Amino acid sequence: MLRARDTAKTLSILATLLSFALLAGPAVAQGQDVVERELDKYRRMMKSDPWANPGNLDADRGAALWKTPAGPKKASLEQCDLGKGPGKVDGAFAELPRYFADADRVMDVETRILWCRETLQGIDNAEYLKSPHPAGGAPVKDVGAIATWIASRSSGLKFAAKQDHPKERELLALGENLFNRRMGPFDFACTTCHSDSGKRIRLQPLPFLAKPVEARKVIGEWPAYRVSTTHVMTMQHRILDCFWQMRLHQIRMGSEVSNALVAYLVKTAEGGEIAAPGMKR
Amino acid sequence: MVRRTFTVLFAAATLAGTALALAQSKPAFDTAKSDAALKSAFTRAPADWAPRLSGDATMQACSASNNAPATDIAAGIKARELATIKYPADGKLLGDWKAGERIAQSGYGMRFSDYPPANPNGGNCYACHQLTKAEVSFGTIGPSLLEYGKIRKFSEADTKLAYEKIYNSHATFPCSLMPRFGSNQVLSIEQIQHLTALLMSPDSPVNK
Repeated sequence: MLRARDTAKTLSILATLLSFALLAGPAVAQGQDVVERELDKYRRMMKSDPWANPGNLDADRGAALWKTPAGPKKASLEQCDLGKGPGKVDGAFAELPRYFADADRVMDVETRILWCRETLQGIDNAEYLKSPHPAGGAPVKDVGAIATWIASRSSGLKFAAKQDHPKERELLALGENLFNRRMGPFDFACTTCHSDSGKRIRLQPLPFLAKPVEARKVIGEWPAYRVSTTHVMTMQHRILDCFWQMRLHQIRMGSEVSNALVAYLVKTAEGGEIAAPGMKR
Repeated sequence: MVRRTFTVLFAAATLAGTALALAQSKPAFDTAKSDAALKSAFTRAPADWAPRLSGDATMQACSASNNAPATDIAAGIKARELATIKYPADGKLLGDWKAGERIAQSGYGMRFSDYPPANPNGGNCYACHQLTKAEVSFGTIGPSLLEYGKIRKFSEADTKLAYEKIYNSHATFPCSLMPRFGSNQVLSIEQIQHLTALLMSPDSPVNK
């Protein structure tokens, strides 16, 4: 526990440094380099001491939620089938998204957890879906915490979703089309920011996500603990945030669109190592 | 010699064959599928947000060609987008560069959390462009605009072009990545005059 508090303190110092760098404007290019360097050092430290990432506390909470009976059926999620059979969690995330015959659709980890809550626990997700993502400073919500734990149980493995079922191929094609589709009052597509190497928004570097070598480096870090918002952000939340910037509305968590984009990103990152929960700005 | 020519020809034929195979391996995606998926993904959006998802003929052409439209399609885009540009009633294209700098800094507006609006919309120019030496927090998706007016000798023709690029960049560069700030009613004519001044006024920090 002491460790977690130390971590929180280090993080708040980093966050302060970072906000100075972002707000101070002129003459902080060097300051920003320093912040980046310090963040890099911090990330390396975290790799050598996995308990230093506060995201692990959320993964622990997710593990507890998985085992706790809940909902009208007073059941736990322990019989949830993530694709490798009921209750098999280790390595399952590395093969998602995948087609699930029981639901007759392709699902990523978060969509599958929602499905299991509904079918195993009898929970009506409608209320949860009204506000499925945390505000800045608040911890990741329950489904996100469970997803963080499930992803962490594939850490060190490589993305290996087969995506060869006809429905998987269909969703992949949709994802690629959506990734390139320009829309909204700003005419933005995912490609506006993510179709070239070495570009930045303000000082924030942007990964070229259609390029496997760059996608492999970053996709495996999600869900990730974000220093700037001091909580874990899941991939479904990450995509909502992109749509917010694109001047589109709140995308429904678990929608076909968000699953298609996850499928496309994971396919592009195929072979990349999973290192979840990661650590981000 | 003959052998070398043969090798070169063979290589060229292989390349052409690969290009053809690549072009053929990807059947055109039925965008009606994305239309339907998007419609069901944004169920919480107010009814008047629906057009944001559709994209007009220009966006459809740009998306379909990965922003590299064929020459004839590009010419069509240019003509169509140029026709949407409105000019200030008094003909004055240069506003106040200080107001322009504030608009260039602001990324506010039109996000779902920006309603009801608390501030005027921004242009967020610095997100993608370098503009002044003083602002070091700038993006690199667009080209640097440092000394934009100075390089162009503050000419009248370039002032008009700058106004048009901000109002609707596709009239100059079909399938540009930049938002159509005027045509899409993100910024007002007056705001675009201020931004034109930021680029083209001799006393603007862009040109210092």
